[in-house]
Amino acid sequence: MNLNTTYLGKSLPNPFVVGAGPLTDDLDTVRALEDAGASALVLRSLFEEEITGEQMNAFFSSESHGDSFAEAQSYAPDPELAFGPEEYLEHLRRVKEAVAIPIIGSLNGSTSGGWTSYAKLLEQAGADAVELHAYHAASDSSRSAGDVEREMIQIVHDVKGHLHIPVAVKLTHMFTAFAHFAHQLDAVGADGLVLFTRFQRVDIDVLALEVVRTMVLSDSSELPLRLRGIAVLAGNVKASLAVTGGVHTALDVVKSTMAGAHVTQMVSALLRNGPNHLRTVRADLEAWMMENEWESLQEMRGNMSFQRIPDPAAYERATFRRMLR
Amino acid sequence: MAEVCDEWASKGKTNLWGVIPQIAEMQSEGGAAGAIHGALQAGALSTTFTASQGLLLMIPNMYKIAGELSPFAMHVTARTLATHALSIFGDHSDVMACRQTGFALLCSNSVQESHDMAAIAHAATLESRVPFLHFFDGFRTSHEVAKIEEIGDDVLRSLISESAIQDHRRRALTPDQPVLRGTAQNPDVFFQAREAANSFYDACPGIVERLMHSFAEQTGRRYQLFEYVGHPVADRVIVIMGSGAETVHETVEHLVANGEKVGVLKVRLYRPFSRAAFLAALPPSTRSIAVLDRTKEPGAPGDPLYLDVMTALGEARADGVSPLRQEPVVIAGRYGLSSKEFTPAMVKSIFEEMEKKAPSRHFTVGIIDDVTHTSLPWDSSFRTESADVSASLFYGLGADGTVGANKNSIKIIGHETDRYVQGYFVYDSKKSGAITVSHLRSSPRPIRSAYLVDRASFVACHQFEFVDKIDILEYAAPSAVFLLNAPGAAELVWDLLPREMQEQMIEKRIRFYVIDAYALAKQVGMGGRINTIMQTCFFGISGILPREEAIAHIKKSIEKTYGKRGPEVVRRNCEVVDLALAHLHEIPVPDAANAVRRRPPLVSERAPDFVQKVTAVMMAGKGDLLPVSAFPVDGTWPVGTAKWEKRNLALEIPVWDTKVCIQCNQCAIVCPHAAIRAKVYDADSLNGTPPTFKSTAYRGKEYAGKLYTIQVAPEDCTGCNLCVNVCPAKDRTNPKHKAINMEPQAPLREAERANYDYFLNLPEMSPTDIVRLDHKGSQFLEPLFEYSGACAGCGETPYLKMLTQLFGDRLLIANATGCSSIYGGNLPTTPYTTNREGRGPAWSNSLFEDNAEFGFGFRLALDAHIAAARALVERLASEIGERLSSELLGADQQNEPGIANQRQRVNALRDKLAGLKSAEARRLETLADYLVKKSVWLVGGDGWAYDIGYGGLDHVLANRRDVNVLVLDTEVYSNTGGQQSKATPLGAAAKFAASGKPVGKKDLGLLANMYGHVYVARVAFGAKMAQTTQAFLEAESYPGPSLIIAYSHCIAHGYDMAQGAAQQKLAVDSGVWPLYRFDPRRLLVGEPPLNLDYGPPKAKVADYMRNESRFRMIERADPARFKKFLVDAQAQAERRYAVYEQLAGITVPFVEKDEKQLAETPIEATGGKAEKSPQAVAKEGD
Repeated sequence: MNLNTTYLGKSLPNPFVVGAGPLTDDLDTVRALEDAGASALVLRSLFEEEITGEQMNAFFSSESHGDSFAEAQSYAPDPELAFGPEEYLEHLRRVKEAVAIPIIGSLNGSTSGGWTSYAKLLEQAGADAVELHAYHAASDSSRSAGDVEREMIQIVHDVKGHLHIPVAVKLTHMFTAFAHFAHQLDAVGADGLVLFTRFQRVDIDVLALEVVRTMVLSDSSELPLRLRGIAVLAGNVKASLAVTGGVHTALDVVKSTMAGAHVTQMVSALLRNGPNHLRTVRADLEAWMMENEWESLQEMRGNMSFQRIPDPAAYERATFRRMLR
Repeated sequence: MAEVCDEWASKGKTNLWGVIPQIAEMQSEGGAAGAIHGALQAGALSTTFTASQGLLLMIPNMYKIAGELSPFAMHVTARTLATHALSIFGDHSDVMACRQTGFALLCSNSVQESHDMAAIAHAATLESRVPFLHFFDGFRTSHEVAKIEEIGDDVLRSLISESAIQDHRRRALTPDQPVLRGTAQNPDVFFQAREAANSFYDACPGIVERLMHSFAEQTGRRYQLFEYVGHPVADRVIVIMGSGAETVHETVEHLVANGEKVGVLKVRLYRPFSRAAFLAALPPSTRSIAVLDRTKEPGAPGDPLYLDVMTALGEARADGVSPLRQEPVVIAGRYGLSSKEFTPAMVKSIFEEMEKKAPSRHFTVGIIDDVTHTSLPWDSSFRTESADVSASLFYGLGADGTVGANKNSIKIIGHETDRYVQGYFVYDSKKSGAITVSHLRSSPRPIRSAYLVDRASFVACHQFEFVDKIDILEYAAPSAVFLLNAPGAAELVWDLLPREMQEQMIEKRIRFYVIDAYALAKQVGMGGRINTIMQTCFFGISGILPREEAIAHIKKSIEKTYGKRGPEVVRRNCEVVDLALAHLHEIPVPDAANAVRRRPPLVSERAPDFVQKVTAVMMAGKGDLLPVSAFPVDGTWPVGTAKWEKRNLALEIPVWDTKVCIQCNQCAIVCPHAAIRAKVYDADSLNGTPPTFKSTAYRGKEYAGKLYTIQVAPEDCTGCNLCVNVCPAKDRTNPKHKAINMEPQAPLREAERANYDYFLNLPEMSPTDIVRLDHKGSQFLEPLFEYSGACAGCGETPYLKMLTQLFGDRLLIANATGCSSIYGGNLPTTPYTTNREGRGPAWSNSLFEDNAEFGFGFRLALDAHIAAARALVERLASEIGERLSSELLGADQQNEPGIANQRQRVNALRDKLAGLKSAEARRLETLADYLVKKSVWLVGGDGWAYDIGYGGLDHVLANRRDVNVLVLDTEVYSNTGGQQSKATPLGAAAKFAASGKPVGKKDLGLLANMYGHVYVARVAFGAKMAQTTQAFLEAESYPGPSLIIAYSHCIAHGYDMAQGAAQQKLAVDSGVWPLYRFDPRRLLVGEPPLNLDYGPPKAKVADYMRNESRFRMIERADPARFKKFLVDAQAQAERRYAVYEQLAGITVPFVEKDEKQLAETPIEATGGKAEKSPQAVAKEGD
């Protein structure tokens, strides 16, 4: 059974990529994931804003008390270190040392300079590729959809210009003209598009009058949104395509591949079932393919994309149409 | 110095022999001296660093070390000893207290000399076997930044005798060649054996002289045991040691150039005192000698250096070896105590005194002594600085980074030009809103001016509000530049200045520059950090370096200084540097002043006379001008002075919304400065209410029908935000609006000032009126600790404030040295105050190490007073009335009504006594107040309770006397800058534990529990305010020793103190900080004495730790180590809970009748007879 695929220019023995999340924080888990057959790992996102925020907070809290009082010129030991990306980079190096599979660094920047400089640091630390986590809250009423898109395109362009390793872009599903935007990213050289970011669940505590944020694990019901996105792009962009969010079973992998995905990223399924779940999915996938007489994933890749299905509108208006009839 | 050594060691820096020296922090300087003594005996090369009280603690071991001729050099920043008051500043009283130990005393006068003499001291001790105390002036030298030449390792190697090291090693105690030291000797031999070491002392000066010579050959820097500078045939010579010698040197050069025959003899090797070298250094022409001492030995015929000089001269004369052509007149002067300024003008006045026919034999200089008339007058206009010396003054806040930037500026000028530089920094003693003054000099010649800048060609004021508080331009030279950070449009700034300042600027032809640095800092995300902006302006205006070059150097220094804080920090600092000069404006100074407004008076005209005449002068920074007669003779000061110092620190203050408020009083509880208060009062109390004064109906049943007000003290609030963060009440339609919200202070100041005055005059609730004395109820009681200088958001002061609310009218506080003694008792203004009856906490600080014993002494005295008073009441029963007598003696004072009733009885007693004529009646009059319960509290930090004072604390707890101990546990030595203590938790980075403390926090509470008779509580007000209050009430009511260990968030933990209460809650929720109360009284009712006030850990310890830099920096530096700390800390939290939970289930059998009787017997009744400590029994006349 041939599960080979190519993602971000790299030949992978299977499409099972571990997505960005807490799984890759621990080296023992990282090794277990490799042993269980993961073909690549995406590290948890490095948030520029968090780093600069902590740097400035530490700066304010330490410096604002120093040199103020005759008996004490400072209130903490003065180690030559900053709260910065170094922690993340060091972890990346350790993960690289621990396993042989490709390691993809994930980055959420907050400034145009930050995206490129931190991406460069990830490259220097040994990342095999970078996944730009293009999360955008879109709560600033002064910025149009066009502004947001242009800025992101510029960032991808800039990062590509500075890096030698492949660059993937992880997108949210909330772009107005998603296909157009994805094409522009493709045009400025994005090597991969990852669909779609999952958000923390936001809830309201009605007694405390507080917003409560929780991370809820996904299930397969979240997959269809991704399938449509991939199906729209498959065959139309040079970038390789990844599904993230809602991939839990072998059948989810099959569907993703049929929509056109090169790889499927899993996080929730592995958090819930442990690294060995990869073995289960793989065995199930091989069994399903055998039963249904598929010899390779390549055969089925994109067979259900917009390009190849007779009625692409089926992805969008199926329900309405039935009703209209 | 020790911190730098620790830092070097932690970075792996090796010594001359390729070894990383081991650094050990001990529990006290006494412990350090013992460890040093042991290390020397076992053959190691050792050193230590200390000053002041710490040095005193070393004295016993110093005798031993010297008696055993152990080569050892220590380095001391000579500092004041506490007498009538503590002073952290510089003089020679500590070093002079070591004259008799047998240590050599080697003095350095400047930063360069300190560097050089340190090396010479180490070399000399190895060769001479006489231990060395190398010292230099605390602060004036130890904290000065100067350009020096460093000694290379090759020079050090050539100085240090390897064979002497080998000899030292050979003398080490070792079982391979055992010897015995530390014998006990009898009258037959001790004396002779003591004299056996004489020859080593005889040889020592020669060895030092030879080493100084060798040092000079290699470095070009020449030193002598006694060094003369001045006219070759001087008639007048000043003998002096320390930084003051440099000022005399500078003055002598100036006077000699003007034709005067004067000189200075600098004393370097003070002990062993070489008479020969001293005499040889004096010019034979000397007619008059003034010996200056920077210490005071009350009652002595003279201060120490004077006596030594007199002895040397007298002996020389008697032996016929005096080199002087004529018998000199020798006079003695005392100067510079506690870093008092010592200036060329003062030196000149001494030389003038020496010219008199009958000079003052014993004088002081630098003060105005209008009582015993010892002081010499001086002409403060006299100056020696030449025109090519550039002097600058910078007024800033501690928090704005002014000092740090100035240190960098000095380094830039020192490195990038040929000029010599000097930086010295003066701080006030506030921990919030501390004012700093930076004194910078640069000169083409070495700078010997060991005194403050008093004529500056550049004056910068980094805080606009200072123009109303400080005479900023007092020391501005004519035509000086004045740089002012002022808000708003530059062209409007002139109109905002007070008239005095405008007139000064016109008169002095000041060049005036303005920048709105805060606006620029805000624009770039730099918060309140304006230091690099102001630094850039300084270089931009002063022209010391070409602008572009200066900016490049500033950026380089930013990279160097802040690189370790992260690239974003560097980027933003550099960005403001680039933008600064574009925002800088020169403002033409008009020909005439136009301001109507004058600088407001520093204190209200309603302030008492003493505050007006003394305190206000100190607040204005003019304390130096106060004469001796202004001061109490024994260190006794009035209380309640902080209220007169309106510091207006807060940019924003809390504003109360009556509609949203749920009247929980939590804001008042957490306020570290008693600047937000709650009151309940009758509606008819309101009369002439200011227009914006707010009140609302009280919501609860207990005070139904009354009104309720939350009021902020607008000028005392520090703007820390703690109150807003703990406020649980939100506007349901707009949850970001709480019951209190921060709003800009300036527009509210006037109205809220009037409101606060009005609020203070509303009736206070009496303790007997409080329906429920819990955490909420406690806040209706008047705080008698207010507006301290503690840090904004301080985690200690809310406990102290509550203490005074609950028991303030009967409180005696013994306060260990530390943060709480500084914000509690550092002049000019202090926070403990009185209620309307004039009662309030009586507070004192003895030392750091002895506080438990000190407070125990209070208890002994009280018990003696009580016993004496009771005996007199019994004896006078027939005269004062049997009924009153028995009521007085049998009074139940367990609660507030009981105490109030007893006060009334004492009043009745006084009435009766007034009609009696006996001596006993008079004695009872002085003792009568002791019949009313007093509450003794021993207060201090963890450094005191866990470390340096633990032995004493343990001993006091081991007694049954009724004392209460409050440990304000910040888990680190906060006052001295964050050194680890045994309270520092596992994994926290602290000084001397830079890689994270590898062992867990000592469980002081559990240790005390084990006595069984000690009431113990661990509290955290941010986690459970009700439990805190309950613990205070129980501790006070418990008739034996009580210990409360209080979690105190602290700036040393490295996060925003506005989150302090939330972090306390997380500490408890994660099990890091247990809450419990151990009450031995529960034994009597068959209950477990330990009551847990917290549940099983429900939050992760990791979440707690990651919020604080002290832990986070370990995660950053060594993730694997941090992970281990996390796992261990989590396990410890869970285990601790498990252990406590089991302890909380233990019931202990007791012999009911006997124990109950014992427990219920008031301890006071046993005072003076039941328990006599062998060392201390209060002496009482009766």
